[in-house]
Amino acid sequence: MNSKLLISPAPHIHHNNSTQKIMLDVVIALIPTILVSILFYGPSTLLIIAIAAVSALAFEWFIQKYVARTKVQIGDLSALVTGLLLALNLPPSSPWWLVLIGSFVAIAIAKLSFGGVGQNLFNPALVGRVFLLISFPVLMTDWSIPTSWFGGADLSSGATILSIVKEGVKEGVAVDQILSQHNFTFQELFFLRVGGSVGELSSLAILIGFIYLLIRKVIKPHITLSILGTVILLSALFWWIEPALYPHPLFVVFTGGIMLGSVFMATDYVTSPMGKGGMVLFGIGIGVITVLIRNFGVYPEGVSFAILIMNATVPLINKYVKPKKFGRR
Amino acid sequence: MKTFSIGGIHPNDNKLAANSPIEQFPLGESVSISLSQHLGAPAEPIVSKGERVKCGQLIAKASGFISANIHSSVSGVVKSIAPHPDIIGNMVPHITIDVDSRQEWIDGVIESNEILREIHLNPKEIIERIAEMGIVGLGGASFPTHIKLSPPPGKKAHFLIINGAECEPYITSDYRIMVEHPEEILIGAKIMMRALGVPKCIIGIEGNKRPAIEAIDGIASLKYPQIKVVPLKTRYPQGGEKQLIEALLGREVPSMALPIDVGVVVQNVATALSVYEAVQKNRPLIENFITVTGTSHSIQKNLKVRVGTKIDSIIEKLELPQEPLMKVISGGPMMGKAISRLEATTLKSTSALLFLTAKESKRGEESNCIRCSKCVEACPMGLEPYLLNKLARANRDEDLEENMVQDCIECGSCSYVCPANIPLLDTIRLSKSKILKLLRSRPKK
Repeated sequence: MNSKLLISPAPHIHHNNSTQKIMLDVVIALIPTILVSILFYGPSTLLIIAIAAVSALAFEWFIQKYVARTKVQIGDLSALVTGLLLALNLPPSSPWWLVLIGSFVAIAIAKLSFGGVGQNLFNPALVGRVFLLISFPVLMTDWSIPTSWFGGADLSSGATILSIVKEGVKEGVAVDQILSQHNFTFQELFFLRVGGSVGELSSLAILIGFIYLLIRKVIKPHITLSILGTVILLSALFWWIEPALYPHPLFVVFTGGIMLGSVFMATDYVTSPMGKGGMVLFGIGIGVITVLIRNFGVYPEGVSFAILIMNATVPLINKYVKPKKFGRR
Repeated sequence: MKTFSIGGIHPNDNKLAANSPIEQFPLGESVSISLSQHLGAPAEPIVSKGERVKCGQLIAKASGFISANIHSSVSGVVKSIAPHPDIIGNMVPHITIDVDSRQEWIDGVIESNEILREIHLNPKEIIERIAEMGIVGLGGASFPTHIKLSPPPGKKAHFLIINGAECEPYITSDYRIMVEHPEEILIGAKIMMRALGVPKCIIGIEGNKRPAIEAIDGIASLKYPQIKVVPLKTRYPQGGEKQLIEALLGREVPSMALPIDVGVVVQNVATALSVYEAVQKNRPLIENFITVTGTSHSIQKNLKVRVGTKIDSIIEKLELPQEPLMKVISGGPMMGKAISRLEATTLKSTSALLFLTAKESKRGEESNCIRCSKCVEACPMGLEPYLLNKLARANRDEDLEENMVQDCIECGSCSYVCPANIPLLDTIRLSKSKILKLLRSRPKK
């Protein structure tokens, strides 16, 4: 026998999976949402998405190669996912330099300064977004609609329906009245609701991505469903107590970033708990904080903050919420 | 279908040799029988160089508690009693016997293939016979069967479980013996039931082995009503003792405890067959069933091989294609050992020789843990492999113990699923042995 023998401990076979394949699946799941945004918001949105994606990869490459001098890992595509998610969380009217700053904060500060993929405590794309929201509050809440592919910005108003409701309630108008004044329907909310961040156009597109991620077993449904369930239950309670002040739970769940946040942002592996029990707890926390911010905070929207706050609790959750051990039940 | 409730994976089962009937592998010129067939002290040789031995003759005696008798697998002349490499290259004492042309058996062995159903021995005699015949568990660890069949004082078995799960990919030797020798396995089970004094026996077989389920169930339901065949959902590591017991009975063996602590004794189907041979036919354990397989070549065999046959002689005889770089595994791809010395010989418990190409067995380059939690989901013991790996690399012994590294069954599911190619089991295995040593060195309360 003249063969050279390979020696290593068991197991000798490996599942055909990799970080890159997982990230690619997330990118694929984002395609419906990205397509809808580009179709309806036009070329400037395509530019935002392209700048965010390319710059995230470029920042990671540059920093790993020349600053940190570690192995360049842009091939795992995690920076691409961060870039795309950041773009989807920005207003469609964002100028290019705003996108660049957000991308830099996300990659350089929120991700690489913690040690790169898998090491960061907070969701990088959300850190980028919240950094921009606090630093450039006017630009980040400018919801004017850019010129579409077909020319002319004729798509409804600039304000998001969430901020319209929040302002209206403050002036003492009942929620129902505000919504009917703005010809609001639940159908458009689900299929296509213009106004808000790039990725918030269509709940349906986001749900298609969610189903894809579930089928490919990239994520488990626990986080997303517990966020949505908590938001619906808690806002139903408010709505039942005082319908003039608080909107219908279905309105709450399909507006703003709740769908995008619960499907794509909160399910980020790195910044969410490891066990199913922990995931449920994490989701409930995000749901509660979101509803509280929306109903009592100064911001009309609270998903980003809710997710970041709960990101901080993940190490604690992992420490105390353990999977069931064999022989211990 | 039943299955265990925590973790588990679904590797491609690749049972390529499933349809190859068992063939007798021809005798070579010599055999080298290892005196270290399992954990514990090596057996003590009772023959000397130049002595003529018959097939089935006792050549080395059990020494110490975890030890089993060893018999000559051929008739011939003892050539040497000397160190010889085992599959991982350790030099261990072997008895080498030059094969003669007579092939004489020792007296008392029944050589016919007739099925003997009547059990004449009482429980004590059965256990003595099994010990005498050197029967060991053929599911992996080669634990001497007579010890397992003699529960320590104060502990009582209520169930006998026969393990026909064969959850490792590629291996089909248990499957073939279930299809070809179903009644002998059932009689072997009955013998062990009598030895243990248990009224009930369950045979667990995975659903990807329909013909085996039908073969055994067909006979059991007619002739052996105390023995029940239960099909299991195909899932790795179903054949792990703790997983199998939980799947079949819903009982969980506690940490650091044995199946007997929940009233169960588990034996493999191949062990049941050798118990039958020992008790009914007076035949010691001198040959076993080995699957020779791999995806890169067309040779798919299930062989009946004499203990002590050189592995390279099997490769040459079958004319297996030899690649410049390959991995040869003794056992399955999940828990088997990579062979480093092909002149090593088969043991009583060798169940498969699996040939993987360099590409098939390639370990990907390790990258950062992305905390996907796939390892946590896969672990059948409910452990957190990502955490154990981190604690192991930091030598945090107390935390390792608290996080139950000692419960790891080394099934490899965590390493198998890891998308970042982190060798989780490598680090966990090392720290497990360290913690186990620590635990055993502590005075018992």
